Amino acid sequence: MSKLNDPLVIAGVEYRSRLLTGTGKYQDLEQTRLATEAAGAEIVTVAIRRTNIGQNPGEPNLLDALPPSKYTILPNTAGCYSAEDAVRTCKLARELLDGHDLVKLEVLGDEKTLYPDVTATLHAAEQLVKDGFKVMVYTSDDPIIAKRLEEMGCVAVMPLAGPIGSGLGIQNRYNILEIVQNAKVPILVDAGVGTASDATVAMELGCDGVLMNTAIAAARDPVLMASAMKKAVEAGREAFRAGRMPRKRYASASSPIDGTFF
Amino acid sequence: MVIGFDESNQQPVRFLSMEIFVNGAARQVPDNYTAAELVEALGLAGKRVAMEVNREIVPRSDYAAHCLQPADKVEVVHAIGGG
Repeated sequence: MSKLNDPLVIAGVEYRSRLLTGTGKYQDLEQTRLATEAAGAEIVTVAIRRTNIGQNPGEPNLLDALPPSKYTILPNTAGCYSAEDAVRTCKLARELLDGHDLVKLEVLGDEKTLYPDVTATLHAAEQLVKDGFKVMVYTSDDPIIAKRLEEMGCVAVMPLAGPIGSGLGIQNRYNILEIVQNAKVPILVDAGVGTASDATVAMELGCDGVLMNTAIAAARDPVLMASAMKKAVEAGREAFRAGRMPRKRYASASSPIDGTFF
Repeated sequence: MVIGFDESNQQPVRFLSMEIFVNGAARQVPDNYTAAELVEALGLAGKRVAMEVNREIVPRSDYAAHCLQPADKVEVVHAIGGG
């Protein structure tokens, strides 16, 4: 029996929020923290990099701003172009986070499109699952590949809506719908969301959640956009659960015809 | 090998006898240099970091006992903002 009304369940853990956020591209850690709070996110992605990158000595650490005691930290394999690098990154992340084994796997194909290399993604997923990782996997919006990744034991499948950081919105909603309808694990749209309505559409299609970074961080007011995204995801989820009215070709009056006096 | 004593920090001075590579950069360190000493020297003691040496994870609990070897390739990583 679920404690929450309509929880998102990933690898047996219940989450209240269906909006997962990235932590890149913000002005500073304070803005990261405020936007994450406004989004109501419980799961946040982080990148794993050399200690001399992305920080000056003495500066507070990202994980001070977003402590693992408060957030579920989801390390990603962004920047990896091979299965080997992705697996290596996940192992370092697990050590960094004291054995926490939920990871976001992404293996990229090329720098221009940042499109996933699905062959390498499948190889990496296989190794990671075998090694005990709980893999949330970024992939293309291909229903067959999504199913394969589920069958391999990934705990969530995350098809792109559009290219990473593009803000183009959901490019192929019928593929997303097909993936959702075939899935036994949570399906989250990851990448490509540009504004609140894109997130709502994803949720109305039946996605279990949305993961985004640039749509919030690159907005003129990231904290306000984070708040908009929170509402958009909630609205889309409620609309999906409520079941929308059928579409009709012609009008249907909302006021009764009977009793008119003219 | 101890070759002197540094009055400024009250530490023995050790001969920098081997070269290792830390995050891609060459670094001269003494014999029997441990992972814990490296983390300390990098100013990262007590910070949330992870280390691999020649592509093998060195658990934080092993830092004090893990002696680095000449030409070791060490990576020290942390979490930063990312999507």
